[in-house]
Amino acid sequence: MTFSPVEIASSAVLIHMLFVLVAALLRRSQKALIAVFSTVMTVGSLMICIAGAMTVWDGATETRVLSMGLPGLPFHLRLDPLAGYFLTVIGLLSFFVSVYSAGYLKGFIGHRPVTRLAVFYSLFLAGMSMVVLADDALFFLISWELMAAASYFLVMFEDEKPDNRRAAFLYMVIAHVGAIAILLSFGIMAGLAGGFESFDGYTFDAMRNVSFPVSWATAAFLLSLFGFAAKAGVVPLHVWLPEAHPVAPSNVSALMSGVMLKTAIYGIIRVTFDLIRVFPWWWGGLVLTLGIITALMGIVYAMMEKDLKRLLAYSSVENIGIILVGIGLSMVFLSFNMTLLSSLALTAGLYHVMNHAMFKGLLFMGAGSVLHATDERNMENMGGLIHLMPWTAALFLIGALSISALPPFNGFVSEWLTFQAFLLSPSLPSPLMKLLMPLGAALFALTAALSAATFVKAFGVSFLGKWRGPQQRHVHEAGPAMIAGMMFAAAACLCLGIFPTAFIDWMDIVPEQLVGDRLSVSATAGGWMWLTPVAPDRASYSGVIVFLGGLAVNLLVYFVLHVRPGKIHRVPVWDCGFEKLTNRMQYNSTSFAMPFRRVFGFMASIKEDVSLAPQPAHAAFPRRLHYHLRIRDRFWNWIYKPVSDASFWVARKVGRLQQGRIQAYLIYSFATIIVLLLLAVI
Amino acid sequence: MTGGPILTEFLQIMLLLGAAPLFIGWVRTLKCWAQSRDTAGVFQPYRDLARLFTKDVVLAENASWIFRFTPYLVFGTAILAGGIVPMLSTDLPLGLSADVIVLVGLFAISRFFTALAGMDIGTAFGGMGSSREMMVASLAEPAMLMAIFTVSLADKSTSLSHIAEVAFSSQALLKPSLAFAFLAFVLITLAETGRIPVDNPSTHLELTMLHEAMILEYSGRHLALIEWAGMMKLFLFMALGSALFFPWGIDKSGDLSGILLAGGLLTIKLGVAGVVLVLIETGLAKMRLFRLTEFLGSAFLMATLGMLSFFILE
Amino acid sequence: MDIETVASLSSFLAALVLLTAFAMLVQKRIYSLIHLFAWQGLLLSANTAVVGYVAAKHHLYISSLLTLSLKVVLLPYILHVLIHRLKIRKEIETIVNVPMTMLIGLALVIFSYHLTAPVRELSSLVTRSTLAVALATVLIGLLMMITRKHAVTQIIGFLAMENGLFFAATSATYGMPLVVELGVALDILIAAFIFGIFFFHINTAFDSLDVEKMAKLKEVD
Repeated sequence: MTFSPVEIASSAVLIHMLFVLVAALLRRSQKALIAVFSTVMTVGSLMICIAGAMTVWDGATETRVLSMGLPGLPFHLRLDPLAGYFLTVIGLLSFFVSVYSAGYLKGFIGHRPVTRLAVFYSLFLAGMSMVVLADDALFFLISWELMAAASYFLVMFEDEKPDNRRAAFLYMVIAHVGAIAILLSFGIMAGLAGGFESFDGYTFDAMRNVSFPVSWATAAFLLSLFGFAAKAGVVPLHVWLPEAHPVAPSNVSALMSGVMLKTAIYGIIRVTFDLIRVFPWWWGGLVLTLGIITALMGIVYAMMEKDLKRLLAYSSVENIGIILVGIGLSMVFLSFNMTLLSSLALTAGLYHVMNHAMFKGLLFMGAGSVLHATDERNMENMGGLIHLMPWTAALFLIGALSISALPPFNGFVSEWLTFQAFLLSPSLPSPLMKLLMPLGAALFALTAALSAATFVKAFGVSFLGKWRGPQQRHVHEAGPAMIAGMMFAAAACLCLGIFPTAFIDWMDIVPEQLVGDRLSVSATAGGWMWLTPVAPDRASYSGVIVFLGGLAVNLLVYFVLHVRPGKIHRVPVWDCGFEKLTNRMQYNSTSFAMPFRRVFGFMASIKEDVSLAPQPAHAAFPRRLHYHLRIRDRFWNWIYKPVSDASFWVARKVGRLQQGRIQAYLIYSFATIIVLLLLAVI
Repeated sequence: MTGGPILTEFLQIMLLLGAAPLFIGWVRTLKCWAQSRDTAGVFQPYRDLARLFTKDVVLAENASWIFRFTPYLVFGTAILAGGIVPMLSTDLPLGLSADVIVLVGLFAISRFFTALAGMDIGTAFGGMGSSREMMVASLAEPAMLMAIFTVSLADKSTSLSHIAEVAFSSQALLKPSLAFAFLAFVLITLAETGRIPVDNPSTHLELTMLHEAMILEYSGRHLALIEWAGMMKLFLFMALGSALFFPWGIDKSGDLSGILLAGGLLTIKLGVAGVVLVLIETGLAKMRLFRLTEFLGSAFLMATLGMLSFFILE
Repeated sequence: MDIETVASLSSFLAALVLLTAFAMLVQKRIYSLIHLFAWQGLLLSANTAVVGYVAAKHHLYISSLLTLSLKVVLLPYILHVLIHRLKIRKEIETIVNVPMTMLIGLALVIFSYHLTAPVRELSSLVTRSTLAVALATVLIGLLMMITRKHAVTQIIGFLAMENGLFFAATSATYGMPLVVELGVALDILIAAFIFGIFFFHINTAFDSLDVEKMAKLKEVD
């Protein structure tokens, strides 16, 4: 008996839904709940991953119409390679994170019940898969809202902290503003596809079969771009992301950063490449510009951050930017009908979708282990964890190497492909584009270099050196399940870095269906070992050889030249003759970021206060130095504060309507009815 | 594949290992002459390395495996890079596995680990060095990419062997774009290899150090490896410059006479490069850290002007 | 010399002119600025001679010599004397920081390329592609006048602009008629003298050559 991918995927979604009931039954016994939870989630996400991978492998498209939904508009399901690719990403990372969660949730036993976390986690996974499976606007939006609501409750999990409530509220507001924009966008497309009187236009199939007039298509595109950008955390709609992701439990942060943001990327690709299909070049230029700004701003903020999870969240903003750069380039190339280059750029973007899911998931899981062990998110109070948590440290290091785009890890492959796409931009016909594109590439290189610096800081300050905090707590290594989850993700990072040709061969069908050309013919022209995007004498990269060569050379060097253990003397650090070095004298996160603040600080609003206060108690040190640093998003003051002030102002004015007397409210209703009746007459 | 290319590869790596200290020795000797000092001879770097190799290693108590692993990694990466840059011949088996962007990535990975090693001990100097080194690198990277961009525009490739072959057959230096890219490359080389005016390789004052501050805690064999790798990095950048801009004489067929000729020409080129380097280093003073934005900004400007003049003038 | 080599030589000189324009834009020391100006003049003179050779227009040799004597020798000398007399030593302050100025300059180059692209299509001259560079040099000279506070550097900016115009003339139309060029050269020379006299007056009136101080002169507060 065989099952088709769409059946596997929908039964996995069903399993996730049904788990909610089971969780309700099991809530008295938390231990059993966690055991059942992790088993069900692991199996469910593996099924999703398999369904997705099979679809991409076969390159087939399957559709189903459910007997549920609105009258005249049943739910449509469709699993095509694009959806399959994103399902694979979602399933794979959820699988790793679910394995990790088995250990992570045990930490909550005795502190707080995890029923709510389990239920919404499950719904969250179901929601994400449904978004990707949906084939009509209504089902898409329902799934979208399910995903948003479930993640809202996950962010709110530790709701006794006011910060968490504030972050969740902000998240909800921006998610909804975005959802409205998406709804309007679908409304426009549906109206043009099937007329405003019927539901016919609401299926994606109907939208695919219409060629939209440019003006309406532009309106629909801009609205949906706004909506999806709000979800993806594109600058300047990113402010919720560094608030909401860090306060969620770490396994959820991993999923939110790793895959939830990707559903928004999916939305952008679906709407532009699949539903609208033909567009002017400036759309791509817009996406590209947004991508570059997002990437640069995101990494500059990440560099200045001292909270480990916020740093990772800002770095997600950066990576979303990198993905958008790939997509934007692809759109530009496509609108000039250069399909091979378009396919190259799209492959780079999609590759980075997978990569970012893997390494950001890994990093958030690592940060979760650190948080679990030290109860600390502030890097200024960490240090030396590599001695206490060797596994977590090594795995976090792999994540850091991957995200910093260093060969032979996976981040390098996608950035390399993006660079190649940039380098081929001079073949564009428009002279202005020819000149401006390389400048974009330079900013992109700046981003890559800054991200390496950021992760040197993140790893160096939290895992290396000595403990910087007030007193060292009892720190322990993460449990076996947590390490296993991270290990899977790390292995995925390495494999994606070493075997890019195999991966591109597999996923090639996605760009082929969307832009009409495939990369694998030229990409694997030099054999499976060499990745040659366009032609072998243009550029080539072999992850295998770089990895094996690096390994072989390093081993050789080590065996020939390594120091015999007897010749190593362990001594205290040389203190330049001073009495004592304290741990507070180390470089910390703020000091590491100082040169970057000087150079790139103009992008953020930085307030630095240094004051000397008398300290009479201490004869040797009569003054005490106080240093206070506050870094905020510039956008907060530019956009959000005016908007929120304005809405409070409006709310206060509207608030005057509230009289508290029942008669007043009756008058309002009465007046409304009268006005409506009058309007009906007119 | 015959044994020829592999032999060439081997020869190149041996040349890199053997000649890198000599080149440093040549630069130091020239510098001594320029400043009317007595020299220690061109072979002094070999003696330094040999002495360091025989010494015991003194490790800080809390040094982790990263600190001990970094010297081997940095050294190994430099050797691997030596197999990629065409110094003697463009017919290299490793050449296809990495283009110039991968080469930049390889340098980045050894920098990443050196910076981590600087933070591993937990002293203020190490962290300071790491922080500054990463900042200089992040400013140098866009300029480097722009220079690569310009070269790849002119030569239609990012593969080093291919660039060398194309540049060989065209009159490279009369092209303004390549001339600009070359100027930018010189500035970037100064920044990446830690020479004056970006960093002072012979400083003994911790506050002015960048690269030296990161490796301050290394001793014995570890230090020898790092120092040697540093010499190889400088040598590699010179060889890279030769391959990108002055590929005269680099062999294409892989026969012995061609390789010998390439070796001879490379010696001459490196000799001249040493003179130029010393002229720059003697003529300039080390810059303040935050003036480096202007310095690397000019590198970026040159590279971009190169790109623009390719479109405008060629 | 065949036409191909001449064209590439001319492009090369154009690229160097652009380079000196940028170098002047970011140079902070006043003596180096004057040297750069002299170098730019030398490049222009060489370029004019090259164009004269390729177009076989002999009056260009004269204007090349004129440029050489005026912009490489005389004007830098006058400026040197001026600075020496006025005892200006400190570095020149810029209003916008250097990396930003460079980026604006780059944007100007791209803009002028975009602007002259149609002309490039129409023209058949060997030197047509240098027109974008000439326009960029003019704009960068103007940018230099905007970003500097010091009166002397503003003059150098003005002279650099004139260099750009001269360059545009040679590259777009193989030079203006000799009479016009002589007239322009004379104008520049006289302008330099007048500026010199003005500087002395400004310096005695304000005790400084910082043009921001002249904001006092406005009548309305």
